[in-house]
Amino acid sequence: MSPIPQSAPTAKAPEVSPDVARVLARSPAACFRQGTIQSLPFMLVILPFGLLFGVVATEAGLHITQTMGFSILVLAGASQFTAVQLLVDQAPTIVIILSALAVNLRMAMYSASLVPWIGSASPRARGVVAYLLIDQTYALSIREYEKYPDLTVRQRLAYFFGTCLTCCLPWSIATYLGATIGSAIPESWALDFVIPITFLAMIAPILRTAAHMAAALVAIVAALGFSFMPSGTGMLIAAPLGMATGALFETWMARQKAKGAGHV
Amino acid sequence: MSDLKIWFVIVVLGIGTYLLRWSFLGAIGNRPIPVWAERMLRYTAVAVLPALVAPLVVWPAATEGQPDPARLTAAAATILVGLFTRNTLAAILGGGGTLFAMLYLLG
Repeated sequence: MSPIPQSAPTAKAPEVSPDVARVLARSPAACFRQGTIQSLPFMLVILPFGLLFGVVATEAGLHITQTMGFSILVLAGASQFTAVQLLVDQAPTIVIILSALAVNLRMAMYSASLVPWIGSASPRARGVVAYLLIDQTYALSIREYEKYPDLTVRQRLAYFFGTCLTCCLPWSIATYLGATIGSAIPESWALDFVIPITFLAMIAPILRTAAHMAAALVAIVAALGFSFMPSGTGMLIAAPLGMATGALFETWMARQKAKGAGHV
Repeated sequence: MSDLKIWFVIVVLGIGTYLLRWSFLGAIGNRPIPVWAERMLRYTAVAVLPALVAPLVVWPAATEGQPDPARLTAAAATILVGLFTRNTLAAILGGGGTLFAMLYLLG
């Protein structure tokens, strides 16, 4: 959702509600705090998930510096698990790297979808944002940007970095703890399902329109259909299919609406 | 599993992942994105995350790929709570609670 077209159709001066005005008046520091606070719930997810990675990597035979290397240099949970799993399976190096990168291909899509919002920031700021761009910081920030399209770029960056404090830093800390306490976590806790529940909990609230639902549905069906393909690669087909479905559905609905308006 | 191989994977994966994240933000900057691309990107999150998660829900690794009633119910509960409350934390708690309850009941 681009910042401009939303207000374009109404010729009247935009009426800003007091709530929105208060958000827009926030200083960058207040935006940072807001990002930090609003992402606190994600710590409930990131901590056990990072803990789990530390445990899994240690049990796979990785040294603690290697485990930390993953969490600091890669900073992408699903791909870290993929890489460790394939290392254990003695897969060829090139296969490990390509599979894990395939899992992360969505990051490029996140990167692209942030351009309309923070593309005019300095190259250095964008470089730092790129390092910290994970599912949670992206999901929170894009939601805030779409909710308050009139925030300035400085406010948007401040909010983003605020989410990073509660989403990215605990990832390293939890990994370290997990690697240290090792296998003390009982298997009956079913921590494996932390990932699916987190992701589903992030998706459901943003299924705002029929187009969003259609996009998700097609992506799910396609992902299941292509699951015979090597790990992570089926998603490379399923996700673009879902995105195209959402875009086409939106175009179609806009046309229906225009047609309806024409008859009046 | 040699140390060299592990570090090679970590460093190359780290650089590759960074370049993926940097791609559009860094290289394209504030040049305008075509309307059709923007329309596609609006559906990134709702397409990518479900695609990533669907196989994990239906064929969980923890049960060696066998569909598992507890995990399927927990996934459904997460979605329902998320849809009705529009609240991520509520959805996580709903899903997690359901999972533990189901695992306990099915023992």
